[in-house]
Amino acid sequence: MKKLSKEKIPERLIDDNGIRLDGRRPEELRPTKLQVGILENADGSAYIEQGKNKIMVGVYGPREIHPKHMVLADRAAIRCRYRMAPFSTEERKNPAPSRREIEISKVIRESLEPSVMSEYYPRTVIDVFIEALQCDGGTRCAGIVAASLALADAGISMKELVSACSAGKVDGQIVLDLFDLEDKYGQADLPVAMMPNLNAVTLIQMDGNLSRQEFEKALEMAMEGCRQIRNLQAEALKKRYQTRLEVEKPEGVSEGAK
Amino acid sequence: MYVEKGQVVTPGELLAQGDYYPDLNTFRNGELVYSTMMGIFDFRGNRLSVVPLKHCYIPFVGDLVIGKIVDIGMSGWTVDINSPYPALLPATETASRERGPRRESQRLFAIGDLVKAKVLAFDRTRDPLLTLRDRGLGKVTQGRMIRISPSKIPRLIGKEGSMINMLKKETACSIAVGHNGIVLISCESQQSEEVAFKVIRKIGREAHTHGLTDRVFEIIKKELKGEKVVKREDT
Repeated sequence: MKKLSKEKIPERLIDDNGIRLDGRRPEELRPTKLQVGILENADGSAYIEQGKNKIMVGVYGPREIHPKHMVLADRAAIRCRYRMAPFSTEERKNPAPSRREIEISKVIRESLEPSVMSEYYPRTVIDVFIEALQCDGGTRCAGIVAASLALADAGISMKELVSACSAGKVDGQIVLDLFDLEDKYGQADLPVAMMPNLNAVTLIQMDGNLSRQEFEKALEMAMEGCRQIRNLQAEALKKRYQTRLEVEKPEGVSEGAK
Repeated sequence: MYVEKGQVVTPGELLAQGDYYPDLNTFRNGELVYSTMMGIFDFRGNRLSVVPLKHCYIPFVGDLVIGKIVDIGMSGWTVDINSPYPALLPATETASRERGPRRESQRLFAIGDLVKAKVLAFDRTRDPLLTLRDRGLGKVTQGRMIRISPSKIPRLIGKEGSMINMLKKETACSIAVGHNGIVLISCESQQSEEVAFKVIRKIGREAHTHGLTDRVFEIIKKELKGEKVVKREDT
C-alpha cells in the first residue's frame, strides 16, 4: 500500500552548535504546561502539554471494585489504561487497543503503584485513565507525570508524586527529553520515572544501545529532568487551590442523589 | 520544621526533620516527615498532620450519614453512602417493630429512598453496618440535599459546632450534616432555604480560607434582611 504522507527523515538531529531539531539544547526539557482538576466528573484529573504532547488523565476512586474477583483483601487494586486517540498521530491510529498500549498501561501502573498508599483503602479499586490526545514521543513519561497529579487531585494518600522524564542518545550525544523524531532515528531511549523526594526510581526502560558510561550519564540526566518536573507538578497542584479562592464558581443547582 | 502552620502542602513534600510524630496524612522516613496528601499543614506539639483539601469518605463508627437505598436483601438493605464501601442496614437495626421477611422490609424502604443513619460498626475488613436506632434517624421524607466534599464537613460544623449552630440560628432551617458529605436542609420559607443552600455551597468551596464564619454571617444577614425569621426547635 502506498503511504499517503511521507515523513522526511532528517539527516542530522543535532546541528554544529549543539542545537536540536526543535531548537533545544541537549539538556533542555520541552516547554511543559501542567493543569490540575480540569474534569468535573472524575474524582481527580490532570492535563499535560509537553512540546507537542497533549495528554489528559482522569482518576476514579477509591471505589467499589467490579468484577468482585479482583478484590485485594489488604489494599486497593490499581487499574490503569493508557490509550492513544485515533487522531493523536500523523497517520490514523486504529482505536482498538494495541499491544503497545497494553504494555504501556502496565508499566505506568507499575510505576505509580509504589507511590500510592493503597493499604489505606483495602478492597477498593483506583482507576486511572490516560488519554493521549496528541503524541510526539515520550508519552509514557508525560502520562505518568499527569497521572500522578490526577491521583493527588483525587485526594488519594501518596508517599510522593511520581515524576518521569526520558533521556537518550541522539547523533552520538546524550540528550534529555526526546521527542518523536529523536526517538525514532536516535540510537537509544531511556525513560525513567522516580519519586524525587524519596530518591527512588519506579520505572526504567531502555531501547537501543548505550555504553556503561553513556547509560550512567543518561540516567543522571533523566533524574535531573524528573526533579525539574517535580517542581512544576507541585506548582500546578498548589495553583489549583489558589485559583479556586479567587474565582467564584457560578451557583449550581441542587443535586439529587447519584 | 520546613513549613508553617496553615501552609498548603502537596504529597511528598518534606514537612520536618527530627523528633516529630507523624499524625494524620503524614509519614516518616527515618528522620524525615513527609506529607501524603494535598492539604493544609497543622501541628500540635510535635505531632504533625495535614488537613486534606479533598478526600473520599471512609466511614467511622458513630458518624451520621445520609445514604440512598440501592438494594433490598433477605435481612436488610444495601445503602450507598458516598464511600468506597457500600453500607448494610440490617432489618434488625431499624426502629420499627416489624422485623423479618423480605416483604415487610420492602414496605419500609424502597430502592431510591434516602435514609439518615448512624454508622454502627466498621473496620475496613468488612462493609460498614448502619443503624437507625437513635433520635431523628430514619427515612428522609422532605428537604433539599446538598452534596459537598466530605473533607469540608468539619469546617461546616465548625469548632464545637460554631458554624452549624450559627447557620441553624440565623436561617431557622433544620440542617442535618451527614459526615459522608451530604447535607440535608429543610426550611419554613423558600427564601431562607435558598440562602442556606447558597452559603453551604460557599463553605464547601472555601472551607480552607480564614474568617469564613464571619463572612457567612454577613451574607445571611444581608440576604435575609427584612425577612421575618421564624425560630423553631431543631429536629
